[in-house]
Amino acid sequence: MAEKSLMKGNEALAEAALRAGCKCFFGYPITPQTEIAAYLSKRMPKVGGVFLQAESEVAAINMVYGCAGSGIRCMTSSSSPGISLKSEGISYIAGADLPCVIIDVMRGGPGLGGIQPSQADYYQITKGVGHGDYHIIVLAPSTVQEMADCVTRAFDLADKYRMPAVVLADGLLGQMMEPVAFDDAEIVMSDASGKPWAANGHKNSREHNIINSLYLQAPELEQKIRARYERYAKIEENETLAVADYCDDADIVVVAYGSTARLAKSAVDEARKQGIKAGVFRPVTLYPYPVKELNDAVKSAKKLLTVEMSMGQMIDDVKLAINCSKPVEFFGRTGGVIPAPAEILAKIKEMGGNE
Amino acid sequence: MTHKKLTVVTGHYGSGKTNLSVNIALDIAESGEKCTVIDLDIVNPYFRTADFRGLFDKRGIDIFAPVYANTNLDIPSLNIPLESLLKSGTHIVIDVGGDDEGAKALGRFAPLINATADKDVLYVINKYRYLTKEPEEAAQVMREIETSGSVLCTGIVNNSTLGAQTTEDDVRGSFGFAEKVSELTGLPISATCAIESAMPEEAPAPYTVKRYVRTAWEQD
Repeated sequence: MAEKSLMKGNEALAEAALRAGCKCFFGYPITPQTEIAAYLSKRMPKVGGVFLQAESEVAAINMVYGCAGSGIRCMTSSSSPGISLKSEGISYIAGADLPCVIIDVMRGGPGLGGIQPSQADYYQITKGVGHGDYHIIVLAPSTVQEMADCVTRAFDLADKYRMPAVVLADGLLGQMMEPVAFDDAEIVMSDASGKPWAANGHKNSREHNIINSLYLQAPELEQKIRARYERYAKIEENETLAVADYCDDADIVVVAYGSTARLAKSAVDEARKQGIKAGVFRPVTLYPYPVKELNDAVKSAKKLLTVEMSMGQMIDDVKLAINCSKPVEFFGRTGGVIPAPAEILAKIKEMGGNE
Repeated sequence: MTHKKLTVVTGHYGSGKTNLSVNIALDIAESGEKCTVIDLDIVNPYFRTADFRGLFDKRGIDIFAPVYANTNLDIPSLNIPLESLLKSGTHIVIDVGGDDEGAKALGRFAPLINATADKDVLYVINKYRYLTKEPEEAAQVMREIETSGSVLCTGIVNNSTLGAQTTEDDVRGSFGFAEKVSELTGLPISATCAIESAMPEEAPAPYTVKRYVRTAWEQD
């Protein structure tokens, strides 16, 4: 690893993308993720890549659709309201079995909402974003280094399974600064090699490839979707990722992702100092949800507590994952308000964590 | 570091201008002088000087901030009576936004700043910030800021930090970088900033700072 640099979360996401060979970035500014576009506008021309500010979020995601079809690694980024605008395009990309990476640095909603951090788009992102029977891969980092690592992983998974992958962060992660290290490997821009399906020009050397999501014959569309769900089953089997801290003997396991997991970890550290047996479970993949890992982590737990910067969305997946075998309580702040570790600790105590 | 009547804090995006501005303002207030902070950052939505309004209130420090983040406006407006503040005799600390984009807001006040003799225009550098690791890059950003803000810098502040994880060796490892920036720009090193536990004995113009700009999980 090279020496460490101090980077904003948004900058680390951007730098990691071009280091993953992302040759084309199509974006549109929106707080709190604009640094991604600003950074790539400076860096992309220096490494032989393309930075393009589109006329809208809708245009940007459709540029990604076209670029992904040519087999080149490409990316777009936005924040909550912008992701809503991109949802149609994401559905088309999933329907055409194309790989791409989408970054969502969440802010308060609904509507224009606010510019402060939020996790209120969990339902939106993990349940598919757009219309139709499909999934997208969702990775949720909680440090600036992990933001960089998740971008690399997102590109690899997107290519491996030919589907969109999202790195889901929030404004706090996007705006904060922490040390990051990248390896010293030379930056190599991607091309269509290893992608025989790519529509990248063939000079009559082979049959032409077709990128399409329109299937008017119902049995054919059903067959396409079923084939996709066979891939999803493999993803759910092989690609889950989670981190469990102090869960082995915990009476109460706090489940949280992203920056909220760090607030929860602070609360759990303090709880342990006070002799309370609390643990924290942090899903890194939100789709596929780490069902097996969560069940392993809550073996000794009497109760679970889900903490989110929302009114409670991931809590549904927590309950489903453990099949409601234990009580799952909730604590959250929303609208851009960040839950304080002391508030989380108070909730742990209220749940009987100090008995 | 002795504090002039007017201190303008400029630097690369994320070099630590806000943390330095908060430290300087609290120092001035501590010494019994009147202090006014001007948050000129029209770029950054989070981690702003204006976030310290509560702390400043307690220490009797006035703050002027653009009507922007934490309000219901998303286009900043600058309503800052710099001329009357300069005449009032208060010490003034101006926290400027990052890079040349952030320094644009300075241009409007440049005639007043340039006409003030008792001032420091500090250029904050951080060897560990990704795109200003090379002295040449740091010197280039300074020239861009000067051009955009129509104000000339008077000193370099070496604020090389890796955040909470900064060690004494990290700070020591930045001395050569700071000297080279000083040489390239022809400006003196006005201060070497570090938290107490990371301040090397031999640091030129040492200025021990506290970390006020922190995330929620770092709060006491």
